[in-house]
Amino acid sequence: MEVSITVNGSTHSSDVEPRTLLVHHLRDNIGLTGTNIGCDSSSCGACTIHMNGESVKSCTVLAVQADGQELTTIEGLAAVAESDGTATGDQNWHPMQEAFQNCHALQCGYCTPGMVMASTSFLKENPNPTEEQIREGLEGNLCRCTGYHNIVKAVQSVAGGAS
Amino acid sequence: MIPAAFDYTVAESAEHAVQLLGEYGDEAKLLAGGHSLIPMMKYRLATPTQLVDVGRLSDLSYINQENGHVAIGAMTRHRDLETSAVLAEACPMLAHVASLVGGPAVRHRGTLGGTMAHADSASDLPAAVLALGGTIVAQGPNGRREIAATDFFTSYFESALAADEMIVEIKVPANTGGWNYQKFNRRAQDWAIVGVAVADGGNGVALVNMGSTPLRASETEAALASGASAADAAAMAANGTTPPEDLNADGAYRTHLAQVLTRRALEAAAG
Repeated sequence: MEVSITVNGSTHSSDVEPRTLLVHHLRDNIGLTGTNIGCDSSSCGACTIHMNGESVKSCTVLAVQADGQELTTIEGLAAVAESDGTATGDQNWHPMQEAFQNCHALQCGYCTPGMVMASTSFLKENPNPTEEQIREGLEGNLCRCTGYHNIVKAVQSVAGGAS
Repeated sequence: MIPAAFDYTVAESAEHAVQLLGEYGDEAKLLAGGHSLIPMMKYRLATPTQLVDVGRLSDLSYINQENGHVAIGAMTRHRDLETSAVLAEACPMLAHVASLVGGPAVRHRGTLGGTMAHADSASDLPAAVLALGGTIVAQGPNGRREIAATDFFTSYFESALAADEMIVEIKVPANTGGWNYQKFNRRAQDWAIVGVAVADGGNGVALVNMGSTPLRASETEAALASGASAADAAAMAANGTTPPEDLNADGAYRTHLAQVLTRRALEAAAG
């Protein structure tokens, strides 16, 4: 069936099987492989992207459900920051990407795209969170390196910067 | 994991969805947020050959206070319940319980109508609606009917909905009487191993994951009504239940949890 999805500002029209998962559509059809597949069962959050500005797990959304929606993946996050004037650092990244680098908030990096997307969605809804709220806000994202401490620090540093 | 093949149709209205259910029969399932159904389809525990997408019916997303109750559209997402000013005022328990479902990304997709229709005894919101004495409004080919939450859940993942009916609204009494929700689990974003919802100062006590459906702790409610202490009433919380046994807990442990959590919930609800 024909779907038309706007991803990182570009509209992609494709013919997909109804059972195509959004994460497979993004990676295999559109070629955006920054979004990772972890558990494939909506537990780990590695596949987190934004749909209409809110975090969703793209392994648990059908591509057909995203028809007509606006998505942002990790590849498009810096451009979002650039357009709203918050891009930062030498590489013009989103502040959360910059903070993850500065705070050493990644070890193997597999969970990182999902962590960054979940963190940015979380801060939009809770601009001044406590540490506990950050930990609860990221409960849907697992880091198998167990590097949570620096991830929380990264989110705190962006929250502090924004307030 | 990829679901078995199916056809997909977007419903234009609740009436259209009901009409499609009538045409497709037992092979069709309604798709709302999909956060219960899609995982089951990926595990091939559910293999509908036709999905009818009702998740785009934005006119079924609302939270309105009217005549002593709050009417909630079936497609209202957990995130909307969690942040609703109407619920914060009129039924804070439901907003709080919604905030404990899964993680934020799940709450951005999951809907109240979807979780009620899924009828999982381990889910949080069905038990909350049950404790509150809510009502489910179902649309069928001959119009709407109301089903009391106490009559709605019939067995594991089974409800009183007919194959060609769709939940369009959930009503809960506007109630700010003493309430509490105890959710006991061991991992973030997990289902409750046992949960207890106390509403209206103890007039409604419902149990999560203590049987094939969400259950009212009727002996506890009766004991409280005749003046028993929270501790004495809570000791009866598991009476008459047949708790499931799984890798998290055996029946004896779930019985213990139900008693302890009911006592804690009643004490907290009494403030």
